[in-house]
Amino acid sequence: MDYISKYFSWLFGEYFPWLWGEVRNFLLNPDGPADKFVIMIIAILFFIVVMGLILFLVDRPKNAPRWLVVLGFVGPAVLAIGFGLVYPALATMWSSLFNKNGAEFIGLDNYVTAVTEPAFQTVLRNTILWVVLVPLLSTFLGLVYAVLVDRTRIERWAKTLMFLPMAISMVGASIIWKFVYAVRGADYDQIGLLNQLLVWLGQEPRSFLIDSPWNNLFLIAVMVWIQTGFAMTILSAAIKAIPDDIVEAARLDGLAGLQMFRYITVPSIRPALVVVLTTIAMATLKVFDIVRTMTNGNYATSVIANEFYDQSFRKANAGLGAALAVILFIFVIPLVIYNVRQMRLSEEIR
Amino acid sequence: MTTTPVPPQGVSLAQDGEAGDDIVAAPPEGPIKRRSRIAANRLRSPWASFAAIIIAFLWTTPTVGLLITSFRPVGEINETGWWNIFIDPSFTLDNYSDAMFGNQTNLGGFFVNSIVITLPAVIIPISIALLAAYAFAWIEFKGRSILFVAVFALQVVPIQITLIPLLRKYVDWEINGSFWTVWLSHSMFALPLAIFLLHNFMKDIPASLIEAARVDGAGHVKIFFKVLLPLLTPAIASFAIFQFLWVWNDLLVALTFAGGQPDVAPLTVAIAELAGSRGSDWHLLSAGAFISMIVPVVVFLSLQRYFVRGLLAGSVKG
Repeated sequence: MDYISKYFSWLFGEYFPWLWGEVRNFLLNPDGPADKFVIMIIAILFFIVVMGLILFLVDRPKNAPRWLVVLGFVGPAVLAIGFGLVYPALATMWSSLFNKNGAEFIGLDNYVTAVTEPAFQTVLRNTILWVVLVPLLSTFLGLVYAVLVDRTRIERWAKTLMFLPMAISMVGASIIWKFVYAVRGADYDQIGLLNQLLVWLGQEPRSFLIDSPWNNLFLIAVMVWIQTGFAMTILSAAIKAIPDDIVEAARLDGLAGLQMFRYITVPSIRPALVVVLTTIAMATLKVFDIVRTMTNGNYATSVIANEFYDQSFRKANAGLGAALAVILFIFVIPLVIYNVRQMRLSEEIR
Repeated sequence: MTTTPVPPQGVSLAQDGEAGDDIVAAPPEGPIKRRSRIAANRLRSPWASFAAIIIAFLWTTPTVGLLITSFRPVGEINETGWWNIFIDPSFTLDNYSDAMFGNQTNLGGFFVNSIVITLPAVIIPISIALLAAYAFAWIEFKGRSILFVAVFALQVVPIQITLIPLLRKYVDWEINGSFWTVWLSHSMFALPLAIFLLHNFMKDIPASLIEAARVDGAGHVKIFFKVLLPLLTPAIASFAIFQFLWVWNDLLVALTFAGGQPDVAPLTVAIAELAGSRGSDWHLLSAGAFISMIVPVVVFLSLQRYFVRGLLAGSVKG
């Protein structure tokens, strides 16, 4: 009797905690590539088992009540979205009302700082510059390109080339462009293409990424380079959807070239244009990879998304970082409302 | 999100042409349409094609420049421009082996991390989203449309606003800095868009098909697996590519939850660090950039058709 109870106390008091510690350690700190792949497979299998179990339980009872079925299907998603998006967003809004270390309630002071301090005003100015220029330029270029290659023999590969920047990371894109902007002293051979072009034209080489405020435009060019492919794809599909008889009728009326573009193409694809502009604007607001990789926010190039990262993780100013994230969100809200209304509208038509 | 002018069958690109199994396939082209297309082709000015080629050339040159650089010897990279390769060609693979296995960079290890991060972060959200999208599309329940609009709206919440509270929770649970936090975060962030996209595709499946299965006595679980899943393969593929590219190319999430952990951090983090700490080592940066690009570019080129379809379903249709 004594023997058995001793055994159990060893089992539960020592062995299981030890085993759990080992398993936990293995799952959290894999050693080397092989272990990493093993825990990756464990994670996937574990997930499949849990989801399968939920579905099995939902399906088990004959004539399961509908709420149970709905819970099984929607529950995991709602739980994940609640924990991963809704709760943290609310928590961030709350902590934006506190000071550096979150100890003291300071009301809207962080927002006042973010809007009035000169350094932050530069950040706001840059962000607005990005959000206005990137959507307009990429949509314009994407539209022109889509019209130019539409129904030509080179259409397919021409589109792929334009589209490729969307497949690579913004970090990669930044490195590609940083090299284009690279500068060396006027006495040396240039290794950056843009400066070499200047030299060939008889100009002095320039530090494209350092001379403010123009450096912002050179960063924005990178985002335009990436997003034009997206605009082109959506707009090209919309152009192809213009009914042929409209185009034909316009042609019989004597429209051609630019007039056709102005009076037929653009009005017909207006909804797609709006979607492209808002989508790119939202994507642009959230981008920080480019600024971080190319200038690290120095030389007056920071944007809100980058400043958020700096304040939150480098300068340990949680309150101000939170306020910047909320400002980012506030910028997005009009776009969200607009999109939801558009969706409602199209559902009604359906 | 469009109002009227874009009918679903019109939403297809030239690349979509060969897809027989297309959900949104273009209707077969009639002879009249074909003739008018050929005529339009002839009317097209050669200047338009010329301008297109110029733009395509401008768009590609920066990438080509860095690609050429990645194969040039270190000494030459720092002394002369990459265009000199056309006069004085010299190639080497040293940059790649340095970047991949050199002591200081060791991108090989980060490459493994990128793969380990990406696969679960693609599979998990797709599965959860498939179930939710099915319920939103085919199960009637109270508050369905409000919940769906809420999910849709949440897809544009900037990730930035969620990072610090999540990080705090992970620290509380003592799982911070592990793969699990990165998987979990990516999965949660992906759900709104995934649900929205897959819901759109599911709505395209004829209701009669589902009714028929229901009449045969199939429950929701059975209908989901037997009827819908096989039809949804292209839709799943298109979202999978989205998510794959997103996760593989992500910097913000990885930096927040795995930054400073060489055992967990993916390639993007490693290369961004490299750009910060050794910004003028172009031989490492160029090779490293292409090491990080090769996988997404291959995936993208081979599955471009699905990617384009997902893009269109996500933003034009709605």
